[in-house]
Amino acid sequence: MSEHEYTPKSKVGKWFNDRLPLLTLANHLTDYPTPKNLNYWWTFGGILTFCLITQIVTGLVLAMHYIAHADMAFSSVEHIMRDVNYGWLIRYIHANGASMFFLAVYIHIFRSLFYGSYKSPREIIWIIGIIIYLLMMAAAFLGYVLPWGQMSFWGATVITNLFSAIPLVGEGIVTWLWGGYSVDNPTLTRFFTLHYLIPFLILGLVVLHIWALHVPGNNNPIGIDIKKPSKDTVPFHPYIVIKDGFALLMFMIVFAFFVFYTPNILGHADNYIEANPLVTPAHIVPEWYLLPFYAILRSVPDKLLGVIAMLSAILILAALPWLDTSKIRSAVFRPLYKQFYWILVADVLILGYVGAMPAEGLYLLIARIATAYYFLHFLVVLPVLGFKERTTPVPLSITEPILGGSPNLAAVKKKDSFKDQ
Amino acid sequence: MEKKTKRRDFLFTATYAVGAVGAGAVIWPMIDQMNPDASVKALASTEVDVSAVNPGKTITVLWRGKPVFIRRRTQEEIAEAKSVKLEDLKHPEKDEDRAKNPEWLVMLGVCTHLGCVPLDQKGDYNGWFCPCHGSHYDTSGRIRKGPAPTNMEIPEYKFVDANTIKIG
Repeated sequence: MSEHEYTPKSKVGKWFNDRLPLLTLANHLTDYPTPKNLNYWWTFGGILTFCLITQIVTGLVLAMHYIAHADMAFSSVEHIMRDVNYGWLIRYIHANGASMFFLAVYIHIFRSLFYGSYKSPREIIWIIGIIIYLLMMAAAFLGYVLPWGQMSFWGATVITNLFSAIPLVGEGIVTWLWGGYSVDNPTLTRFFTLHYLIPFLILGLVVLHIWALHVPGNNNPIGIDIKKPSKDTVPFHPYIVIKDGFALLMFMIVFAFFVFYTPNILGHADNYIEANPLVTPAHIVPEWYLLPFYAILRSVPDKLLGVIAMLSAILILAALPWLDTSKIRSAVFRPLYKQFYWILVADVLILGYVGAMPAEGLYLLIARIATAYYFLHFLVVLPVLGFKERTTPVPLSITEPILGGSPNLAAVKKKDSFKDQ
Repeated sequence: MEKKTKRRDFLFTATYAVGAVGAGAVIWPMIDQMNPDASVKALASTEVDVSAVNPGKTITVLWRGKPVFIRRRTQEEIAEAKSVKLEDLKHPEKDEDRAKNPEWLVMLGVCTHLGCVPLDQKGDYNGWFCPCHGSHYDTSGRIRKGPAPTNMEIPEYKFVDANTIKIG
């Protein structure tokens, strides 16, 4: 990992480090050379780590009071809200924490898309990230079932039924997932178990994600390979620690706003009605962070093809490093890609919006066009763009635009100014 | 160099084979424990008294954790269901095959798309409408419009006497 050998100063430290090199690891993390031009979009890795730890700690506490039984789950959640000391706070942090986690992960993913962070040699970091994202969706879905409200129950029914689209074995798989002939107590207990397990799997994968990151080092806003350590880098501590810390504080303000002022705005009122297998709520929608994929599912009129389209929309991301044929990483030097990038952002937002609307009339038409464009972006636009696009000159180093003679440091910091050079 | 099968190769192959069987024998109980257990399977049939159901009314009963619609259909509904041409159907089934006694339609109230409970007397075909993803069913519970692939399922049932239906 570290280029130079590290020796602890104290005798005890040296004794310990010779047996378990934890201090070498700490030293590597402290000195880890980072590009000095990292902007605030790079602070979401740290924010996501905070989110994961928050979910694990609050989840652990909630599990001390929650009862995973179809007859008691709903009341035990109300018990947490009304009786348990600060139970309302812990539950609202956990419930809104899921949304904050997804908010941060979407910014993190779209940062990678803009600056080409998924490209060689960072494909493995990217793929581990996609697996983490999939596990996050699984954990969020399983967790949403646990309060055993109407949305919990019917969300669980709809999502598990996705597997029934598989020919021949589908029905058997669904019965196996349920442990019965419908979503019921056996389903709830196993969902609780898995919901408890997945965050720790994510934690393990986060370690791999960071490990894989520390091999090539961070990408940066201009997307060039840099020498490490060099004039182009700063040590992680204190520079990045302070920057990440400041961004985290800003993020926590947003988080706290939701928890303390509108704790239920991201949820559904129907989930405060206890699960009833005889009545489906009039309008079932998943949580906001799953809406774009839900829109893709509903835009396809065939059951199996709809499920395939939805899964492909996520899995296609794993193939992204090979679908994007451009050698230039950062969108800063890719005038056409930059435009298509923003069209994709708009497309995903539109999908999210129509996913929350009823699947009929104009909404359905918009969902279909947006779904088609989503796949077009990855399967046609990106591969072709790599060959056709005329990119603008890329600087040789982070400092080059500055040493290259521009007297105005502020102008250099703006992306536009060195794009034209 | 010529590769000759040796005694050691045989031992390796035999070891892997026995190991695979052993692993399978351990994994299967771990998988099968998630299937419906004996207590779930025991609740397999239900008897329902339908004497209070008037024409044009539907009752919903719970069977195996799922809703079953029992509808006493009006003459218009029966006529409408019978008049549909089979080639107009996504999942062609005759009304006679779905409702042995045309006055009584007994079916699983579960949308075949993703398992929601459709709403009674709604939709474009005067039958059922699923609020989740917009599937329309006719007065025979057959899929007419929307993403559901098949008609609503008819469970096994029989009339024990004139007023009692046994489901399952």
